[in-house]
Amino acid sequence: MKVTKTTLMASAIAMVAGGAMAEEMTIVSWGGAYSKSQLKAYHEPYSEKSGVTILNDDSSAEAVAKLRAMNEAGNITWDVVDVVAADAIRLCDEGLAMEIDPDTMLAPAPDGTSAADDFGDLLVSECFIPQIVYSTTFGYRTDLVGDTAPTDVCSIFDLDAYPGKRSLEKRPINNMEWALICDGVAKDDVYDVLATPEGQDQALAKLGTIKDNVVWWSAGADTPQLLADGEVIMGSTYNGRLFSVIEEQKQPVAMLWDAQVFDLDGWIIPAGLSEERQKRALDYIMFATDTQRLADQAKWISYGPARASSAPLVGQHAELGIEMAPHMPTDPENAKNTFLYNYEFWADYRDDIDAKFQAWLAQ
Amino acid sequence: MTDATQSGPMLAADGTPLKKSLARSLRRRKLRALALIAPLLLFVLLSFVIPIVSMLFRSVENSIVSETLPLTVIELQHWDAESGELPDEALYAAFTKDMVAAVEAKQHTRLGTRLNYEQTGMSSMFRKSGRQIKRLDVEADAPFKEKLIDIHDGWGDVETWKVIKTHAVPITNGYFLNAVDMRRTPEGAQSQPEDKQILIKLFGRTLFMSLVITGSCILLAYPISYLLANLPMRVSNLLMILVLLPFWTSLLVRTSAWKVMLQQQGVINETLVWLGLVADDARLVIINNQIGTIIAMTHILLPFMVLPMYSVMQTIPETYTRAAKSMGATNWTTFWRIYFPQSIPGIGAGSILVFILSIGYYITPEIVGGTKGVFISNRIAYHISSSLNWGLAAALGTILLAVVLLLYWVYDKIVGIDNVKLG
Amino acid sequence: MFVGAGQGSALLGIVIGAVLMAGLAWVYITVLDNERIARWITILGMGAAGLLLGGITAMIVGLLAGWFFAFFIFWLYEGRYRRKLLPYLTGRQVLWHYAFRVTCGAIFVFLITPILVVLPLSFNAQDFFTFTPEMLRLDPEGYSLKHYRDFFTNNEWQRSFKNSLIIAPIATVISVSLGTLAAIGLSQSHVPGRRAIMGILISPMIVPLIISATGMFFFYSDIGRFLEGTLGMDKNFVGYIKVVLAHAVLGIPFVIITVTATLVGFDQSLTRAAANMGAGPVRTFFKIQMPLILPGVISGGLFAFITSFDEVVVVLFVGSASQKTLPWQMFTGLREQISPTILAVATILVVFSIALLTTVELLRRRSERLRGLSPA
Repeated sequence: MKVTKTTLMASAIAMVAGGAMAEEMTIVSWGGAYSKSQLKAYHEPYSEKSGVTILNDDSSAEAVAKLRAMNEAGNITWDVVDVVAADAIRLCDEGLAMEIDPDTMLAPAPDGTSAADDFGDLLVSECFIPQIVYSTTFGYRTDLVGDTAPTDVCSIFDLDAYPGKRSLEKRPINNMEWALICDGVAKDDVYDVLATPEGQDQALAKLGTIKDNVVWWSAGADTPQLLADGEVIMGSTYNGRLFSVIEEQKQPVAMLWDAQVFDLDGWIIPAGLSEERQKRALDYIMFATDTQRLADQAKWISYGPARASSAPLVGQHAELGIEMAPHMPTDPENAKNTFLYNYEFWADYRDDIDAKFQAWLAQ
Repeated sequence: MTDATQSGPMLAADGTPLKKSLARSLRRRKLRALALIAPLLLFVLLSFVIPIVSMLFRSVENSIVSETLPLTVIELQHWDAESGELPDEALYAAFTKDMVAAVEAKQHTRLGTRLNYEQTGMSSMFRKSGRQIKRLDVEADAPFKEKLIDIHDGWGDVETWKVIKTHAVPITNGYFLNAVDMRRTPEGAQSQPEDKQILIKLFGRTLFMSLVITGSCILLAYPISYLLANLPMRVSNLLMILVLLPFWTSLLVRTSAWKVMLQQQGVINETLVWLGLVADDARLVIINNQIGTIIAMTHILLPFMVLPMYSVMQTIPETYTRAAKSMGATNWTTFWRIYFPQSIPGIGAGSILVFILSIGYYITPEIVGGTKGVFISNRIAYHISSSLNWGLAAALGTILLAVVLLLYWVYDKIVGIDNVKLG
Repeated sequence: MFVGAGQGSALLGIVIGAVLMAGLAWVYITVLDNERIARWITILGMGAAGLLLGGITAMIVGLLAGWFFAFFIFWLYEGRYRRKLLPYLTGRQVLWHYAFRVTCGAIFVFLITPILVVLPLSFNAQDFFTFTPEMLRLDPEGYSLKHYRDFFTNNEWQRSFKNSLIIAPIATVISVSLGTLAAIGLSQSHVPGRRAIMGILISPMIVPLIISATGMFFFYSDIGRFLEGTLGMDKNFVGYIKVVLAHAVLGIPFVIITVTATLVGFDQSLTRAAANMGAGPVRTFFKIQMPLILPGVISGGLFAFITSFDEVVVVLFVGSASQKTLPWQMFTGLREQISPTILAVATILVVFSIALLTTVELLRRRSERLRGLSPA
């Protein structure tokens, strides 16, 4: 026991020597290029301005489970969390995220438009402040798809024209919609069909036609790696990841924008923080979601800023010096055929369909 | 023994009877041994056993229904689920009142998620209805039966109420039933619908693959342990580095290395194609299936087999085999009758380690196993971090733990836990 | 044979290769009769053939193959294979001996290849775990040190490395000190409930990690709240305590197993002799018992250290961002971004452990020499 005490003391000394205890906050995000864009656009200027040290925790993929456990244990270590809109809705519904009033807690646009109007329809939940619009779409290996490059999302299901493996995300969202569209369901009816058990079976049956040729991914880094290896000839992922594969890593990969699915990603603040931490978190959010900051982020990654007023400020990539606008999912050239993701539907049906999908996968 | 033959009790140096003195010293020794063990035992009990038991307790704990819908649960006791008729207005009123309070406290979606584990569709029903029930006034808007059925026709379905009633108990066997592909119904335990029966299969697969992994570890570890134990020390220590290096390299790195090796465009396939042993369009599929998991896990767990085998084989004297040979035994007989039996404790220790470690693994199968090469632990991890069905995760974990404990017990009976050596 | 197999079908390639080799062997042995020249001819000839057929990489393969075949031909011809063996072995026994050695060699290759694959990939100029064509051509363009640079300059990596270096040794010290004491207690005769106690102490090894992780999360949250709220300790400090304790528990089974195993062969009369001669229990422990069981304690400690140093599941739950350890950072490196930096880290660690293991081995030999013992 003596040894234990001395070592603990030694560690205490080591830690005190290691760093002074400044004000700290933990911000949770996705890691990789995305975290880097946030670091450059938000964290660094904010730390400079306020003196708060920001710790990164790249755990957004498990945010819902972790927040729930933290809430139950009464030990919330996160201050601000970056999640996708569907997770934010779920967290808000379960009372795990605090409500944020856009008009009093967020900065208005430079021209005086209120934050609520500036974000407009993108404020899909009371707890959620969107940062970016991203899309889940397909990339394909230009050298492995033969002479005719795919232009249609249904190429995914066309094993004759494009033999080889494809990668899809290991969850029902998006996959079910693409399956139905390619099974002849009109775009406007997709969610009505998907609400019925028969529709769900129809989508799974369509996915079943390519099940043996699918590599299922669960982390954002998977599809880019699989494409770079030539393990898959095409695969779905976030458009920013594909941008990085194509423009930064110069891989023989091209985008298939057809039927890209728009989604939002943004901040929430966990419910139940102490007053002091909550104040700090709100201060950070106020800073990080103003018009200029959102536009700055687009210099580092090809995701569209969520404020209408930020769009004109988007310029060139900070390191590559290429024009970012044509790489945004919202660019008219890319957005010829897009699919609108229905948040309310997935908030309601996620548990139902996910259970079915996972059982189907394991069969 | 001796004191029986003498007239009086034998005395120790200080004059106390020897028997008493011996007993006292034995007691003191026992106490001292316990005092040495106690700090660690307390530490492990407090910081490990109790947390795990409380986690496993979630597999039967089910107070969420009666806490979220207290009035409804009371009313449901008066309703006969077998009658096939919908409950009366009193229950709908109680339910509305509960729901208004639950929506206010943001509890109803959790309940929906909970009930969705039992009956797909409940989650969306609770979420959708929650938004509209919120607007109802508990006093003014009565009666509620029609209104609720208007909001969602699920409330007019006897099945819905049956499910709520079945799962209103605070302590449930429901999760355990789910864990073995059954479910709790008013008519008792029944098997799950065909398309949801996956867990028993997964348990079987986990056991089968762990056995294969253990088997291949034995096959690979035996020759090299033999070699290591019989080479001169300076050579064997150098070769030992080859065993220890992988062991010291991060698990994540080794797993990703296997990914690089096993892929269709990976090192193994590329080499085989380059050598002309495999045609370019018929590359081996050795990743994202059971083979991938087995190869990678065999590699990762092999040191756990080699180390105990090696330490046992080191203690087998060479003179025995020489004696056997000099008495005319063939090589095979010498090995099979003399050497092998003496090396069995090493095999046993290694096997139990490898088997226990492999049935609990989940990171490696997740990365190289695809959908067919995953273990029950991956399912546990999925229920803990994605579907948030911690009750089911705890039930699966309890079953897994019971299997491991059974093995541990069997092993202790056969080999004895003291014979486990780790190098 | 390699070159032969490269063309056309495998079987035909092997046959052609074998015939070629036999011809070559005949020429060397009967015509040339000079081993050194023959060796160089084969090595350079195969290398040149490789260069012609497939560039620099194939040349290296060719050189190696040439070296091997030249060695092999003379090895077979001159009967060197019998030189080190007992003279009375039959032909079959010799064959068996070498077949066994080759099998073992193959198993060692299986063990070490994944690590060898990682080393070159850590110098990849691209951000993927892929052998690029440039790398296969041994083009310097395909290689870069940027992942090493990333490891040494990136704050996240440095911080997590430092955290691992703080957490793992402390956790090891705790599990080794408590574990050794308990193992000594357990190894004495007449311990009531010995099996049950052993079972409890070994349990951290047999409970699936994901279950341990969630269970411990709730427990340590309570502990953390108590330490922070009631005792007013610093938040970060409490965070470290939580992770250290959690890792210490996970390391305990290894210490218990190895130390009790060493104690099985321990002669209790030695401690009694020491006590007889007037040494107190503490002195007996440090002077008599400890030196004898030290190998077990050290190997248990190594296991405990590696357990903590390589543990990712529990720390993900129990720790918070300021306690991020190296495996945690590697895990995110694999999951959320493609970063061969983790391979660079692995390479550094591998080189470091080779150095460590070699030093230990050299020290051992030196002490044996000094003590006048010839290596067994």
